[in-house]
Amino acid sequence: MVRELCYPFDASEVMQKRRKLLRTLKEQSGNVKLRIAVLGGSTTSDIVKMLELFLRNRGIEPEFYESEYAQYWQDAMFPNAELEAFKPELIFIHTSSRNVQDFPAVNDSKEVCEHKLETVYSHFEQMWERLAQVYACPIIQNNFEMPMTRLLGNREAGCPQGRIDFLTRLNLKFYDYAASHKYFYIHDINYLSACYGLDKWLEPKYWHLYKYALAVPAIPDFAYNLSNIICSLMGKNKKVLALDLDNTLWGGVIGDDGQAGIEIGQETSMGQLYAELQSYIKAHKDLGVLLTVCSKNDYENAISGLEHPDGILKPDDFTLIKANWEPKSQNILDSANELNLLPESFVFVDDNPAEREIVAAQLPDTVTIGFESPEECIIALDRSGYFEVTSLSGDDAKRGEMYKANAARAAAQQQFANYKDFLLSLEMQAEICDFDEVHLPRITQLTNKSNQFNVTTKRYTQTEMEAVLASDHHIRRYGRLTDKFGDNGIVSVVIGRKEAASLHIELWLMSCRVLKRDMEFAMLDEIVKAAKSEGITEIFGYYYPTRKNAMVRELFGTFGFVKQSEDADGNSVWKLETSGYTPKNEVIQIKEEQNV
Amino acid sequence: MNTEQAMARLTEVFRNVFDDDDIVLTAETSAKDIEDWDSLEHINLIAAVEKEFKMRFTVKEVSGMKNVGEMAQIVCERAKK
Repeated sequence: MVRELCYPFDASEVMQKRRKLLRTLKEQSGNVKLRIAVLGGSTTSDIVKMLELFLRNRGIEPEFYESEYAQYWQDAMFPNAELEAFKPELIFIHTSSRNVQDFPAVNDSKEVCEHKLETVYSHFEQMWERLAQVYACPIIQNNFEMPMTRLLGNREAGCPQGRIDFLTRLNLKFYDYAASHKYFYIHDINYLSACYGLDKWLEPKYWHLYKYALAVPAIPDFAYNLSNIICSLMGKNKKVLALDLDNTLWGGVIGDDGQAGIEIGQETSMGQLYAELQSYIKAHKDLGVLLTVCSKNDYENAISGLEHPDGILKPDDFTLIKANWEPKSQNILDSANELNLLPESFVFVDDNPAEREIVAAQLPDTVTIGFESPEECIIALDRSGYFEVTSLSGDDAKRGEMYKANAARAAAQQQFANYKDFLLSLEMQAEICDFDEVHLPRITQLTNKSNQFNVTTKRYTQTEMEAVLASDHHIRRYGRLTDKFGDNGIVSVVIGRKEAASLHIELWLMSCRVLKRDMEFAMLDEIVKAAKSEGITEIFGYYYPTRKNAMVRELFGTFGFVKQSEDADGNSVWKLETSGYTPKNEVIQIKEEQNV
Repeated sequence: MNTEQAMARLTEVFRNVFDDDDIVLTAETSAKDIEDWDSLEHINLIAAVEKEFKMRFTVKEVSGMKNVGEMAQIVCERAKK
């Protein structure tokens, strides 16, 4: 990861050094490819260039289609051989208030204003509908920024002839569409331009000289904000906040000042500021973000700080608490191991630049969030976009509970002499079924974010996954695992392609939160059962090594497959005869199919 | 700031924007002399020069500028103010 491109970045430096940064980024491997069509209502070239930098920095290698200048609508509405051949996996529509052709005039009646609103809106809606129909991929659409001038002054808001009024209502109609259409996302440039400063954002010369709908110096901010949506859609969100305590979550040093001496709560200005930050951080739990402590402190002191009666975050809010005198990079690494996550899933927040520097140097994939003055922390965290929400799934909100339940399982495990007895005591139940529409988004999301327990690391776009769902040539199963401690959600996905009497496993993945639960055997039993019922006699498994998936190198071996070949790079092919197969799962009860 | 100093700072900006440390500027240097200097890079270049000298070109200046010498002249005039 290139630090210059991590939030907060120096926008003008990023613009100036674009070529150099791109050269560095091109040396990175292991990127996911993504074809993005950018349909612009104004110039898009530098937007595309900046977007490429930020996406590559998060492991996404984009390929772009750019419409000719301001041809967004024509490109979308009419047959377009070039765009069809490009097969976009994502469409971004870059329009702005400059693209609203028919604003109300001052002497228009209320009815005329209403009619104009409908006309402008339907111009967009019919475009989205056609794009969804022809290209069947996610669409990201800018909303409208507020206009440069206000002919009616403050009256622009509150009367239908006003442009502020018109654009606001247009935006609301866009949001209604977003709320009722999955795979349609708003890129909120109205908010972004306000943060940036509307006058600077709309500096007229960039429109008049180059036909940019926003000031060129604002393009890095724009592209970064857009990249956050795309990263989230591609499963690149961060998962864990690793938080320092002293002078990060409260003012003062708990070891020196004691519980009564630290600043947190409503009594002082600084205390209020930290309380606001704590509330903001606590709300992340509802998004499924895990909170951990990473602090240089004696453990008892850390707990007594978190038990401050006016504090918002309590010890119980944290999945893990690492308060000791080990290097923080080691503590993050340990946390990652305990949670079966990678250091790249962590966001480290610390007021001390030296600590951030050490973590950055030791764990290059972990991002850090810094601030010079405590009031800057909440904004830095918010604007970083590491936890951008593109869908609120039930699984996300429950993730914190799931990891907590894992901790309870670990505690329970110690009471059993024998591991199988422990597994049986979990009273596990699995739902292992063919794919369906309802579960498709989660299934696709898993294929894009599972790195460790994943034999082929094959990534699927929404369109590709829908093709798999519709295919007669595939055997598909997803697995959901529930036990007495809770529902783990959908945790495993297997896809096999049929070829005569053979089945070729194209994907076999499992979430690491259910490692060592024999869920993989339950999945295997079901796959073999399904294969046999369709007359399959041989199943072929493939393992393609990556930097992250060493744990499944021998997976097919443990399944009873026989290795057929292995090349110099470690790619191996395995085979199983279905005739002599005996079921392997003895600890998970399989629920009858629900979606028949 | 004199023209020489302005040219030295401009050279640094050009080298960054075009990622080419071999660029040597003269007053006559224009878009046709630098391979990557197309209309798009021109925008980045202007933005980078504005940032370096903490000044803003007007629309008229950007449209009228013919070579690096004219750019340096505008930069020097602004720096005097």
